[in-house]
Amino acid sequence: MSSNIETGLPQARYSYGGDEYVFVELSEAMSLPVNFRAMAITNKLKEENVPGVTDICPSNASYMVRIDPDEIHPDDLISRLKEIDEEAGHIQDFELPTRVVDVPVMMEDPWTHETLMRFRDRHQDPDATDLEYSARINGYDSKEDFIAALLGSPWLVTMIGFVPGLPWCYQLVPPEEQVEVPKYVRPRTYTPERAFGFGGGFAVIYSVEGAGGYQLYGLAPAPVLDIKQQLPDFEDSIVFPKPGDIFNYRGIDQEEFDEIRGQVENGTWSYRKKDFTFHTNRSLEDPHAYNKEILGVLYGD
Amino acid sequence: MAIRVKQPGLLTTVQDTGRFGEYALGMPPSGAMDVFSYQVGNYLVGNEDGAAGLEVTYFGPQLEFTEDAVIAVTGAEMPPKINGEEAPGWETLAVEEGEVLSFDYLKNGARSYLAVAGGIDVPEFLHSRSTYTLIGLGGLEGRALQEGDELTIGEAGNRSNRVGRAVAREQIPAYSKETELRVIIGLASYRLTEESMEEFLNTEWTVTPDADRVGYRYKGGELEFVEREQPAGAGADQANVVDFGYPIGSIQVPGGVEPIVLMNDAVTGGGYATIGTVISVDRDKLAQTKTNDKTRFRSVDLDEALKARQERRQQMQEIRQALR
Repeated sequence: MSSNIETGLPQARYSYGGDEYVFVELSEAMSLPVNFRAMAITNKLKEENVPGVTDICPSNASYMVRIDPDEIHPDDLISRLKEIDEEAGHIQDFELPTRVVDVPVMMEDPWTHETLMRFRDRHQDPDATDLEYSARINGYDSKEDFIAALLGSPWLVTMIGFVPGLPWCYQLVPPEEQVEVPKYVRPRTYTPERAFGFGGGFAVIYSVEGAGGYQLYGLAPAPVLDIKQQLPDFEDSIVFPKPGDIFNYRGIDQEEFDEIRGQVENGTWSYRKKDFTFHTNRSLEDPHAYNKEILGVLYGD
Repeated sequence: MAIRVKQPGLLTTVQDTGRFGEYALGMPPSGAMDVFSYQVGNYLVGNEDGAAGLEVTYFGPQLEFTEDAVIAVTGAEMPPKINGEEAPGWETLAVEEGEVLSFDYLKNGARSYLAVAGGIDVPEFLHSRSTYTLIGLGGLEGRALQEGDELTIGEAGNRSNRVGRAVAREQIPAYSKETELRVIIGLASYRLTEESMEEFLNTEWTVTPDADRVGYRYKGGELEFVEREQPAGAGADQANVVDFGYPIGSIQVPGGVEPIVLMNDAVTGGGYATIGTVISVDRDKLAQTKTNDKTRFRSVDLDEALKARQERRQQMQEIRQALR
């Protein structure tokens, strides 16, 4: 892929998704700057309330817009998107008003363990667990060290989708520390609801039970999707995560897991969360120092 | 109550035009797979655009009407019967209280649509009545109809004057076991080798049994990806990309075999390379194909896709005018 000479950023690919979609791949490779660019462009497009635009979907290193071509010609939208990219997409210091959220996860829980053992024949390494395998191929001495890395730094929600409410999360760490794992050789036919999984460079929480190909590491006690909108965090939307959210996955034991499940069931559960203005350049310059500050906002009183 | 489900058929769901504006939440639109047939049904019974009807798949239900109603059956050739007596499709029909609507065996196509004057009245979920069975929302309790279900019909007034109006024969689509779908090549099509793109467009593909509201899977050829060092975040397989959004109608080729066209209830994104998108008008055609049917994909440009869309709109206006 060629690069823009002035900015050094990869050139975006603009493409028609049939007559009703415009698909823009900003880069083939994932990185935090490219996701910030996708978010900046799609946020700007939302503000403009362009007639004929029905859906605006930021994704990891790309974005997609659904249109009614009877109202707006795809080429007109693409021209405008290129302008927005010029104005907003190349800004290095992008300020994102967002929130930091504490997301409890029980690693190596019995339910996902049972699931991953059932589908060993579809895995790269049938003799190891998903965690043992992932730790090894990422150069960790033990699965404990690997878990510590996953739980040690917060994550940016870079895309929502696949099924309603499922967040893709990319860790706010330098590129050389990013974990990367393959998806299962053949997808599982079953994944428990709220499973914490990992595929490519992304952590996810499966919002609903179903098929899936990501490596399985644990289980979250709290939902990311509540179609009945019974919990207070879901008052405005059936989906809790939003692109741009900062999630901190925090390891919990069975006792806390059960306690949170109880709160979810009696309708009193709510996520610990704090408003936060995220500065992209600070995260890119010194992610670990900035992460400390972010976690201070979340857990300090 | 107005309709009692005596037998549900293979897969009968409440659908309207779909649930738009929620794609960024990961919510597919659902809605009628064959929009043309569904809309014309509403024209026949004099409904507002977007009134909910029933989508009947492969094998029809038996529905008892507990009040007089004005109905129409459009789409696949699955001739309707009222109390066992065959009645015409693509025509407004009267059903009296106590009568049973059933369907003959499927002769052509895959999906029929039942429109009822007043529309099927189920609660809206995110401004649509469409059923999305995967997570159980919309429609009747988020699922396909079951024996014993009861459906309410919306207020229609007296529309008996519409009975007997019919869609002109030349406006009724003919469904064939061999279908050509027009596609705009694009998205991540750069991942396929040139030879494979040619093969994709020259192959006569066969619809596999994996063909439903989520998507249609085809067999008949093998495609190859351009070898590359996989970019950060994509995962090791050559078929994989950094997870991105999937348009409805987009075509992906997991593992280089068995292309899949995503349809109304599809996953909204994922990590398989997409190579193009079936144009909106031809999704209706696709929705009327079934297992073992043959399908070819023909590459068109945006102008041709927009022209097809324009012609379709005009045709629908003509049909609507004629039925007024």
